[in-house]
Amino acid sequence: MPINYYIILAIALFSIGVMGVLTRRNAIIIFMCVELMLNAVNLLMVAFSKLHYGAVATFNPYASTGTDAQVFVFFIMVVAAAEVSVGLAIIVMMYRNIHSVDVNFLNRLKH
Amino acid sequence: MSKMVYLVPLFPLIGFLINGLGRKQLSKSLSGMIGSGMVLASFIVSALIFKETVPESGPVTVRLFEFINVAGLNIPFEFLVDRLSALFLMIITGVGFLIHLYSTSYMHEEEPQHFARYFSYLNLFVFSMLLLVLGANYLIMFIGWEGVGLCSYLLIGYWFKNKEYGNAARKAFVMNRIGDLGFLLGLFFIIQQFGSLTYSEVFGRAAIMNSGATILTIITLLLFVGATGKSAQIPLYTWLPDAMAGPTPVSALIHAATMVTAGIYMIARSNILYTLAPISQTVVAVIGLATAILAATIAIKQNDIKKVLAYSTVSQLGYMFLGLGVGAYTGAVFHVMTHAFFKALLFLGAGSVIHAMHHEQDIRKMGGLAKKLPITHITFLIGCIAIAGIPPFSGFFSKDEILIGAYAHNPVLYWIGLGGALMTAFYMFRLYAMTFRGSFRGTHEQEHHLHESPWQMTLPLIVLAFLAAVAGFMGIPELFAPDAHKLEHYLEPVFAASYKIQETHHVEHSTEWILLAVSITLILIAIIYAWNRYSKKPETGDATGFGKILANKWYVDEFYEAIISKPLNAIAAFGNKFIEKSGIDGIVNGTGKSIQWGSRQLRLLQSGQVGAYVLWMVLGILLFFVLIIFI
Repeated sequence: MPINYYIILAIALFSIGVMGVLTRRNAIIIFMCVELMLNAVNLLMVAFSKLHYGAVATFNPYASTGTDAQVFVFFIMVVAAAEVSVGLAIIVMMYRNIHSVDVNFLNRLKH
Repeated sequence: MSKMVYLVPLFPLIGFLINGLGRKQLSKSLSGMIGSGMVLASFIVSALIFKETVPESGPVTVRLFEFINVAGLNIPFEFLVDRLSALFLMIITGVGFLIHLYSTSYMHEEEPQHFARYFSYLNLFVFSMLLLVLGANYLIMFIGWEGVGLCSYLLIGYWFKNKEYGNAARKAFVMNRIGDLGFLLGLFFIIQQFGSLTYSEVFGRAAIMNSGATILTIITLLLFVGATGKSAQIPLYTWLPDAMAGPTPVSALIHAATMVTAGIYMIARSNILYTLAPISQTVVAVIGLATAILAATIAIKQNDIKKVLAYSTVSQLGYMFLGLGVGAYTGAVFHVMTHAFFKALLFLGAGSVIHAMHHEQDIRKMGGLAKKLPITHITFLIGCIAIAGIPPFSGFFSKDEILIGAYAHNPVLYWIGLGGALMTAFYMFRLYAMTFRGSFRGTHEQEHHLHESPWQMTLPLIVLAFLAAVAGFMGIPELFAPDAHKLEHYLEPVFAASYKIQETHHVEHSTEWILLAVSITLILIAIIYAWNRYSKKPETGDATGFGKILANKWYVDEFYEAIISKPLNAIAAFGNKFIEKSGIDGIVNGTGKSIQWGSRQLRLLQSGQVGAYVLWMVLGILLFFVLIIFI
């Protein structure tokens, strides 16, 4: 499959994520959109990694070219998991305090 | 001993530091003792140095440290001890010490703090003046030159609570500054032309140049501008009479005996440059003579005892410049010396009178003081005779030498100069007669309090009177006795190069006798006339008619006010109103205001909505993308 398809898919996912963050008011949905952006990047990295590996592997099946991006992706997934736990905890605390998960109530940042 | 010359300026500097820093702790007698003691110490060292220069003629250069060494220009900090500077050292420290001694008594009414301040200024002045005459290059002379100007400013404004005195001090400072600019430009031209400021190098390189070279004329004229400022010549002389606002001993030391002769010292030191620039010499002679006459006419109608002496100083300085201009360098230096003695004497005598009269300076309210102040009277009379030029008192010899030099140059200069000398005799004896003769015209209270001054004041008077009487014998003209002019032989090496170039006109001895007889007769007539007239019928009211113009100093101050001060003030007011207020201030305030307005608008962006922040962030990132991709 040409790499362009992956790139377009990743851009679509990322843009959906951005638009979600910008337009939605529900904290949980915003959170999910952030995850969407992270995973769009992950997808792109894996795609490029495979592309580079494929180019070298025909000559040398044991080459390690392009593998570091895959390792990166694992890292990002781990960090994202950790981030999810912190983020969800924040949202739970927010709900406990103001009985809502609407971010428009969180306009205290300017004070 | 010449190697120890740095001690001479060092002592007054130490005195300045002690008195200046410890002025709140020191008692009056202690600070007076330190102030005078330090000058006495440098007088002793100077005397030893002077003694050494008499038998051997070679100049001694003492290098203290490297001062400026940049881009091929090397100016070391070094002192030059030759016969000219040794003579000036003697005058400065000798007269300086007497005046310090006098001041301990004259200033006794001051508070201890101000008393010490006075002595610290006075010591700083002596230090700067010594630096001026000791420097082996023009830069060190310039340091001293500026130093004495500063001290003059500080001492004229010593009673700084009086606004008028403060103005007089500022006037002196500004006038000096105008001259200093000329001096400084002269130095730059010297560096450009000779690549050095050291006397020996500059004079050595100048001596082989053609007479009348343009660059030499420019340099000498610029240096002369400096001299007109410091030595109170036309057109910058008006500060000196106003400088009488300072304490009287200051007038005696700075504004009569030493500082104002700095210009003469400078020209005498650069004599070779002037000898090679005949145009400048003519300018110096003409300005000097014009100043001598102008100041003498003004002095005739002044009623303030110190103002008369101030104008007489300006006039005598004019004679010295006349001497320099006609190439009679020895005569000019001789007159510096004798003038230092008799003018310091006259000023100190005037101080003694003012002291006795409880700060009354108007001679119309004095009279008949001869009996009450016997020592002051006798010494003042000696000073008057000396300045009038009656043989065998000192003023006669020095003034005569200058005038004969002028006659040899051009008889017209002589006759005009003689006219000035007659006026000198006239106004000095007018001053004398109105102060000491006739009957007392002050209040009863003043008459009751009249008293002779204490010994600290009379001793300097007596010493100076002695010097004023006999100093002339150092320079007996060839006319009376061949080879009796000791000073000329003493100063010979300093002026040798100039005298070699100069064409010497000799005046016939018979002519000289006639001139002498005529001048002495005329001067005696002037003295007797003034003495009789003002003893019997002293002036009381204000002058009228032509006398009023003289009493108002030819309205020179008003003239300067109208052509310089007023237009300058008008330009400044215009600049203040339009350029400063609306231009500069507009830019500065406008910057501040626009930033304030801009930040008030930007503040609205901070809404507190997380979504808004994220939106701005995304827009920013997009902007970067666009920039990176398309640019």
